[in-house]
Amino acid sequence: MPDTGLPGTPPRRRVRGRQARGLRGLRRHLREDVPALSDSLASGRPDSTNAAPGADDPDTESSRRRLAADGVGIAISAIGFGFVYGLSAREAGFSPVEVMAMSVIVFAGAAQFAAVGYVASGLPWPGIILLTFLLNARHLLYSAALAPWFRGLPVARRAVMAHLLTDEAFALTISHFRRIGRTDAWGYWVAAIAVTFIPWNIATIAGVVLGAQIPDPARLGIDIIFPAAMIGLAVGLITGRRELVAAIVGAAVAVAVALVSSPSVGIVTGGIIGPMVGLLVPARAADEIARLGSQGSAARYSMPGAHADDDPEHR
Amino acid sequence: MTTNLVVLAVLMFAVTYPSRALGLLAPGIDRLPKIVLDYLQLVGPAVLTALAAVSVMVIVSDDDVPSFHIGVEWVAILVCLGLVARKGNLFLGLVAAVAIVAVARTLGWAAIPA
Repeated sequence: MPDTGLPGTPPRRRVRGRQARGLRGLRRHLREDVPALSDSLASGRPDSTNAAPGADDPDTESSRRRLAADGVGIAISAIGFGFVYGLSAREAGFSPVEVMAMSVIVFAGAAQFAAVGYVASGLPWPGIILLTFLLNARHLLYSAALAPWFRGLPVARRAVMAHLLTDEAFALTISHFRRIGRTDAWGYWVAAIAVTFIPWNIATIAGVVLGAQIPDPARLGIDIIFPAAMIGLAVGLITGRRELVAAIVGAAVAVAVALVSSPSVGIVTGGIIGPMVGLLVPARAADEIARLGSQGSAARYSMPGAHADDDPEHR
Repeated sequence: MTTNLVVLAVLMFAVTYPSRALGLLAPGIDRLPKIVLDYLQLVGPAVLTALAAVSVMVIVSDDDVPSFHIGVEWVAILVCLGLVARKGNLFLGLVAAVAIVAVARTLGWAAIPA
């Protein structure tokens, strides 16, 4: 066992003995956290028990802090565009109650902005509803991707979670779950409510009340936060060639289809076809560097590399 | 104060919620074959990059015609991507992206989107 990190040259026999016992204890502690990951790998399914390790698990706490930090920028974006939505809806003739109803009941930014335009242009309601369905169809991909993680949760809780599922909540949540290798409902609530729902609705109210006093978010560059956050969170999910191929193909297909149809259709198409092409990468060529539970995963996601001796991949 | 559009909000919810809930509430989701689970694991990277790419590269004109867009936003996204990949810090990436776009638009190097 290397003595890196210890001051000076320790007495050979005694410190190594203590060091070995300490590290064995550390590995044992970490190993207690790992069985759920190993079991989920063996079964091919994410661990959705959310029972152990507990909330004071250092890896979960570290990932939660990272989720909160990542969420700050997204919350700023939600505030900026919530303002604009409230303002534009009021200018389009929506009453304050109607504006808030959209933000609370629909809670889908793109569809809400589109609805403002549709209502202002006099589009009949059936058309608005159909376009809303198409615009929000991508959420089906999100719910399907999160489903294996949520399978252990009560149905009623999942039903509530479903209403709060947005692009931002999905991105933050899937990153968080992948980092810790299990479900963490607290992480989802933070991503969905604290980062998105509350800022969006408060900003909507502010937009209704403050009106034209709000500066255009685009002038401040705030409109770049959403795509930048999405690409930044995607980076964290790319742990092998399959994910990389899926990401690149998904983006390319989405842009190509969006140019001939509409952005919403492009996004759904890219989200469907990208993973299909990613699966074409043979498993042996996937070059997965951070499969959940491996030392690569530990190193990537800020865990100390104490698993090196235990990981068969790195013997 | 009018409240007619509250009904529209409810109808929009009615067509949005199923797509959000279907995956989470469908029974038997825990008995999916491994190939399906592998596919779902790839949905995250694919859809997130799709969202980013379409947001930056495609703009829709007032008459609903999409067109390809090249602008300072590309630089901002690439800088953000590089910072996140290199430093692992999303907030730093977002700050850099916003700063690039804000400076470019303030100096008139890039148009402010409508």
